[in-house]
Amino acid sequence: MSSARGTTRQYWVALKAMVVFTVVLGIGYPALIGAIGLLAPAQANGSPVAVDGKTVGSSLIGQSFTNRAGGALPQWFQSRPSAAGTGYDAGASGGSNQGTESGTLASAIKDRKAAIAKSDGVDPASIPPDALTASASGLDPQISPEYAREQVARVAAARSLPRALVAQLVERFVTGRSLGFIGEPTVNVLELNIALAALDPSN
Amino acid sequence: MNTTLLFVLQLGTLILLLGLVYRPLGDYLAVVYSTQKNLRVERAFYRLIGVNPGSAQTWPVYLRSVLAFSAIGVLALYVVQRTQQILPYSLGLPPVEPSTAWNTAISFVTNTNWQSYSPEATMGYTVQLVGLAVQNFVSAAVGIAVAVALIRGLAARRSSTIGNFWVDLTRGVVRILLPLSVIAAVVLLLSGVIQNLNGFQHVTGLTGATQTIPGGPVASQEAIKELGTNGGGFFNANSAHPFENPNGWTNLFEIFLMLAIPVSLARTFGRIVDDHRQGYAILSAMGIIWIVSAGLLTVLESAGNGTASQLAGGAMEGKETRFGIVGSAIFGTTSTLTSTGAVDSMHDSLTSLGGGLVMINMMLGEVAPGGVGSGLYGILIMAIVAVFVAGLMVGRTPEYLGKKIGAREVKLASMYILITPTLVLAGTALSFAIPAVHDSVVKTSMANPGLHGYSEVLYAFTSAANNNGSAFAGLTASTPWLNTALGVAMLLGRFLPIVFVLALAGSFAAQEKVPTTAGTLPTHRPQFIGLLIGTIVIVSALTYLPVLALGPIAEGLK
Repeated sequence: MSSARGTTRQYWVALKAMVVFTVVLGIGYPALIGAIGLLAPAQANGSPVAVDGKTVGSSLIGQSFTNRAGGALPQWFQSRPSAAGTGYDAGASGGSNQGTESGTLASAIKDRKAAIAKSDGVDPASIPPDALTASASGLDPQISPEYAREQVARVAAARSLPRALVAQLVERFVTGRSLGFIGEPTVNVLELNIALAALDPSN
Repeated sequence: MNTTLLFVLQLGTLILLLGLVYRPLGDYLAVVYSTQKNLRVERAFYRLIGVNPGSAQTWPVYLRSVLAFSAIGVLALYVVQRTQQILPYSLGLPPVEPSTAWNTAISFVTNTNWQSYSPEATMGYTVQLVGLAVQNFVSAAVGIAVAVALIRGLAARRSSTIGNFWVDLTRGVVRILLPLSVIAAVVLLLSGVIQNLNGFQHVTGLTGATQTIPGGPVASQEAIKELGTNGGGFFNANSAHPFENPNGWTNLFEIFLMLAIPVSLARTFGRIVDDHRQGYAILSAMGIIWIVSAGLLTVLESAGNGTASQLAGGAMEGKETRFGIVGSAIFGTTSTLTSTGAVDSMHDSLTSLGGGLVMINMMLGEVAPGGVGSGLYGILIMAIVAVFVAGLMVGRTPEYLGKKIGAREVKLASMYILITPTLVLAGTALSFAIPAVHDSVVKTSMANPGLHGYSEVLYAFTSAANNNGSAFAGLTASTPWLNTALGVAMLLGRFLPIVFVLALAGSFAAQEKVPTTAGTLPTHRPQFIGLLIGTIVIVSALTYLPVLALGPIAEGLK
């Protein structure tokens, strides 16, 4: 058998193999997982969260709590800064990709720090790092418990609610590490804000 | 809880999980690639494609099969991307632009999974599934096949053949990757990773603003992406996206998936060469590098040096709250040491020295434990070099596992080692040296100015040539120059080493085994493990120190 013919034959074998693999792995396998997903519809469809039967988002996808111009709405707990599109755009996930020596990043952090210190009436040095930095996905659904606690006074004042009540609510929404050491303690901002709205009689 | 304890507990959990699967999975892999028995479905498949599973191939034929299959893979993936608009579930997206489609086709076939595009805005579901997911499986299976062929060569005596590629490929998919992916995908799905065909849904959020909720068959993709050390994200944010990696536990699970097969292959190796101590020696070298590197990155990121990190009070830029610094550091280390290239934090925003460290991880040649298959054959080449170096020191003909390391073997191993650095250094240098290209790189591609911009380009070529696929993601890589040059780097960085590995397999297989004597260097003792680690570190340090000094080191010391 000539080597050229052997080589051509290899390509023919490869082509047939690729077609079969494509059907089995590209269609069969995801279809099987999709079928299993029917048994866990909440997870398969993105863990939706509803208020009064209406979906307002996903517990896994962070949201902005800002006005049209991007200004923080004081009556809501704020999510982290986001580099996804104009902020929490799930059609354009991603981080800022600014290096730590980037001047752009440094000045953004300074601006955020000043803005939060002013709106929340706190010492700039006490603001936790997650409040000042954009996440990797731009869709981080959570903030650190420290950042949530830091916002209590502002939120309570904006809604004329007792500060202790709001503080209590935050503590209820603090999720610890699983098994005590996996992941980090967090507060889910959307879930916290939904509970906050339910608490507020003026809402 | 303090960072040290957290790191020890999380890393310890991973080591425990890996310890549990090491023997059963490694032994299972050895059986899969040694048995003469074929499953009924495999026999039907061999009949259909016209392969006789009983016929073993010489190394040149084995190589031609690898190349033919990969070439068809590139072609198929290119065509699927270019015809996206007529395929179902394209989400209304146009055909992928030619240079990006070419780059992506190579990227997924070479198990690199470098992404010069933003997936949400470029790839519909059909391309993701029948294009990318398929290559996630088969490129991984090709890697394992080549590694197994090399092990067979080391174990064989006076044999002209090294196995049958089509059989190795099929078994890798049918008996290993597919069943494990199904299990992993179900675990991820139940933990919150989505699996649907919903497209982008728009809901009214709490403040009345519109919120987009993306859809997609993500769980199935995510499972094989980590298990096959592929790393190409369904979303632009990759494993930082909450729909790919929803919580701290899935983060740990995904790290485990990346490590499971590359680590267990050390056991497979020990079993096939019939000396488990050899497997443990390889495993130790891999494990020590991985643990040290993960510890170092955790220290560097926790220290949070650098202007912006210090202003913010911690290096949280580009990191997710739920993973924190420890979860992100272990993930980043594992991903860059396994040639996966998935990210759960943005490497571009790591501290300067942290960014340098993940680059060094890749520069070590992806051997600790490396990609599926490619990691094992990579470290076996390093072992051969280590034996050779030791042989020079004592003036004896070096042997590894009873095989003489003669002139031919050393030449092949040396060429293997030279390919990747050549691609990295030449690619980076040309990006700045060619005047026409220089402008496009500096003005269009680099996101950060100066030293860090240079690091972005160096990272890109390191990642491509080592078939890792992670990025300093600020870099805009979808320019004609970078799409083309990185495509070439990925292609040569994958297949030239495979040529040399298979040639070595053939050359070892043909040899008789020389008996062990008092003068034989034992290759299972701590002394050899140290020698092996030394060889890995020194070879890459000598090669890359100057280019690192220009980038991350200069940045970090500024």
